Amino acid sequence: MPITSTPLTIVAFIASIIAAPLVGGLLVGLDRIITARMQGRVGPPVLQPFYDIGKLLAKERVTVSSSQDVYVAMYLVFIVIATGLFFCGGNFLLVILLVTLASLFLVTAAFNSRSPFAEVGASREALQVMAYEPMLLLTAAGFYLVYGTFDVGSIVSYASLMSTPAIYFLPLNFIGFVYVLTIKLRKSPFDLSTSEHAHQELVKGVTTEFSGPTLAFFEIAHWFETVLFLGWVGLFLTWGGLVGTVVAILLVLLVYFFEIWVDNNFARVKWQIVLKSAWLVALVLGGVNLGALYLKLLFM
Amino acid sequence: MTATSKSPWIIHYDGSSCNGCDIEVLAALTPLYDVERFGIVNTGNPKHADVLLVTGGVNAQNLPVVQQIYEQMIEPKVVVACGICACTGGIFRECYNILGGTDQAIPVDVYAPGCAVRPEAIIDAVVQGLGILEAKRAAMRRGEDPEAATKTMKVKDGVVEMTNWDDPDDPGTPARFPEASSAMLPTYFQPGAQAASPEIAAAVATMRGGE
Repeated sequence: MPITSTPLTIVAFIASIIAAPLVGGLLVGLDRIITARMQGRVGPPVLQPFYDIGKLLAKERVTVSSSQDVYVAMYLVFIVIATGLFFCGGNFLLVILLVTLASLFLVTAAFNSRSPFAEVGASREALQVMAYEPMLLLTAAGFYLVYGTFDVGSIVSYASLMSTPAIYFLPLNFIGFVYVLTIKLRKSPFDLSTSEHAHQELVKGVTTEFSGPTLAFFEIAHWFETVLFLGWVGLFLTWGGLVGTVVAILLVLLVYFFEIWVDNNFARVKWQIVLKSAWLVALVLGGVNLGALYLKLLFM
Repeated sequence: MTATSKSPWIIHYDGSSCNGCDIEVLAALTPLYDVERFGIVNTGNPKHADVLLVTGGVNAQNLPVVQQIYEQMIEPKVVVACGICACTGGIFRECYNILGGTDQAIPVDVYAPGCAVRPEAIIDAVVQGLGILEAKRAAMRRGEDPEAATKTMKVKDGVVEMTNWDDPDDPGTPARFPEASSAMLPTYFQPGAQAASPEIAAAVATMRGGE
């Protein structure tokens, strides 16, 4: 069932690009409220992330170097394309490559300022890309072994034909994916590169030298990333149709809540642990799951 | 009210404070006061911050530091002097190394006196500063210089009371203080205003005792 570029695909592409920042902003707002409640606070209004963006866009345009802003804009552009491509049912592998490319633009932007804090943040960001990349590729390989295609649209179609979500075939892969999701959502214990909470050793890591509108673009790109990666979680869980979609969305929100819980209950770890544990998880969980699928293909 | 005043991110700088006011600034971030309700986030980065909270007086060593943090902040921005040392130099005022309050180094928008300044007073001062932040943003939209546009707001008024704590025989004293309006002051400090708590009312009464 190869995906072809129909008018419907283009509509889905545009609709997801418009909806993703709205959903992403609301998710981040909910995250801040839930985090506040876990700490015994009231927390900000749910629309707070949108106020932040409005404020940042109204600030004066000041930059250390103008090429930095171009790199941040490219980071946003490639994340937007990746998100649109994923939700219109495009190629899964291409989405992974676009996300990696976007992250490398972010690393370049941070290195560009020559600020010591941003430079350390940039090298840590590069390290995080290294840490989560194997698991993402093994996830793509897992989907290919099960469905024989990298097309998100086809994967969902096959899942609904079989009335079975992908997690039935890829349970260990799913656990590994949720593990690296913490890195990608920039949550503690793996928030090495952005230093999300103030007064840490890195000031604000990669974002230290971003200010005003540039910082707003970074935040919006992060909303897109959040939606895109939660969409991946949903791809594991959905089996098509109305019920399958609703259940998948509820389970995705549960996974997001779990990430917030992890964020609030774990102190940050050193980069060695991030790299080693992420690769170990990819190798053991991803490898065992793929091996089992391969044996099943051979003998059944 | 635009997004600018709904999302004031702060940066806190300790001048030569005794740490009393710093503890109160951090207390404002605790679950008891929870300033994130107003969208206030404590960033450690001047390039992200909208509000600069300064505690302690300015001395010869930290003068360039305060000025550099201020210069790195991006317009529109507001400076709040937290505690009496940041307002005037406080009890350290006559020390050989103290130049005076924050306003000796950078333009201050809101004065929050107290020793130590109470978290309620800091929150009140930041909320007052939001009005000035909005005025600066509006000036920027008109294409004016935000700092020059809000300068006229500082008419000589309420802060005069603070200069009364000093030796009245010192003729040089009033000249060392900037002009400020009672509109800049926390609400409990304004004439006829209701104090936020009995303790503050008592403190204000003590401060105004000289009148």
